[in-house]
Amino acid sequence: MTILAFDWGLVIEKLILIAVVVFGSLGIALYTTFGERKVAAILQDRPGPNRAGPFGLLQPLADGIKLIMKEEIIPTAANKWLFILGPALAMTASLMTCAVIPWGSDIELFGRKIALQIADINIGILYVFAVVSMGVYGIMIGGWASNNKFSLMSSLRAASQAISYELAMGLALIALLMTTESLSLKTIVEQQIQGNWWNIVYQPLGFLLFFIAALAECNRTPFDLPEAENELNFGYHQEYSSMKLGFYLFAEYINMIMSSAIMASMYFGGYDLPFFDESTVAPNIAAMIGVGTLLIKIVLFVFLFMWIRWTIPRFRYDQLMNLGWKTMIPMALFNLLITGALILANL
Amino acid sequence: MQPLTNKAQAVSRDPMTFWERLYLINIIKGMLITFSHMFKKQPTTRYPEEKRAFSPVFRGLHVLNRDEEGRERCTACGLCAVACPAEAITMEAAEREVGEEHLYREEKYAAKYEINMLRCIFCGLCEEACPKDAIYLSETFAPANYTRKGFIYGKPDLLIPNPMTEASDLALARGVEA
Repeated sequence: MTILAFDWGLVIEKLILIAVVVFGSLGIALYTTFGERKVAAILQDRPGPNRAGPFGLLQPLADGIKLIMKEEIIPTAANKWLFILGPALAMTASLMTCAVIPWGSDIELFGRKIALQIADINIGILYVFAVVSMGVYGIMIGGWASNNKFSLMSSLRAASQAISYELAMGLALIALLMTTESLSLKTIVEQQIQGNWWNIVYQPLGFLLFFIAALAECNRTPFDLPEAENELNFGYHQEYSSMKLGFYLFAEYINMIMSSAIMASMYFGGYDLPFFDESTVAPNIAAMIGVGTLLIKIVLFVFLFMWIRWTIPRFRYDQLMNLGWKTMIPMALFNLLITGALILANL
Repeated sequence: MQPLTNKAQAVSRDPMTFWERLYLINIIKGMLITFSHMFKKQPTTRYPEEKRAFSPVFRGLHVLNRDEEGRERCTACGLCAVACPAEAITMEAAEREVGEEHLYREEKYAAKYEINMLRCIFCGLCEEACPKDAIYLSETFAPANYTRKGFIYGKPDLLIPNPMTEASDLALARGVEA
């Protein structure tokens, strides 16, 4: 399929992969909202949603239909274009992250070797950081365009929180990158598969910092100040209704899934099934096992996110800033120094 | 003040230790507590499928009783209306005509009998006042309604099914209420 000196098979293969990953993440996000409610219920001795379909499994569809059917309200005082741009940007930014996540090892179909990764770029992690910091624009623009003081306050909180925690996140990651000597997520995962241990063994403190920062980046409890219900009336999406609100909510869940995927890839071996030699089975089956393994790891991380949400109360704003600047960043720097010293000493 | 129980505990005002200030250990402890709740029995009653039984002395919606032959027991004496502290009961009396002996037990009967379920406080004084065993409080409550008028229950709503002609309905009603 080489026309005009260009391999069109690659385009088709990537388009299919993009479609699968995007719609797959949307579908998973849909069911993550259901999972969130179920986990919350089970942790609080309640049955949770159980009316729509068997075990309430159709609940997310019912929620989706409800959101679409609701009236779209754009406040008269709102900036109309920015008001629409906000949720679109939030959604786009969170979906863009999935481009560099390696979902599994290569599969062979129709004599082609297909990488289960949309783009294996050599600056994978930098790309993730760039896109994640774009995500805050969605919240900022939404909060600003609503022309509502609570929304604006909330988006200011979100922006300052994102800036503070991105720093600690980046510093925690640099220590990891010093050991992997690569920014490509695929290479990092391959290294963990070939090496003896997952990166969590070498970087426990780094992982802890990264995880806490990821919670803050996803605006999850205990860092959900931007949407603090009791003080800011749901914050930046207060004026939103219908599917625009749905986009914000979905973006949050997709962010959660993507950060889980990145944590799994960076620290927990990505699509590596432990104690299993992938070379003993056919490459396609090995790839499928890999995809399944990564999905299980993602689900476990998402469960951890939810479990934390239904356990810990929200931080106060000054506590959040104290933790970010006075604890996380010094700890990350300390981690960086230790890692550097160990690399120098050739350990 | 004398402590009333031995449950009082002094609050520690000591500055937090390093491990306490880390919070991580206490967060993990808290998470283990929430995790343990995953395996606890849910106290939920799954309502439409599963109903919690009322107590045997529950005072619910009123019923107007009939005797074994299916005749209305109420003679419209008005004692229930007098006893009612919420003034929820009104009635109009009428005289039994010849040929209506199978409908009404006494020579006088209630042509109209209304209870306003929004006024009623379900105290059961009407039941106590009735000399004819005609009014009883059942074990159900008034279902929701769209209008206030819908809560004024007349004779058709209150009378129990006739044991002679609608025996199966009566058994059903008894079964649900019991």
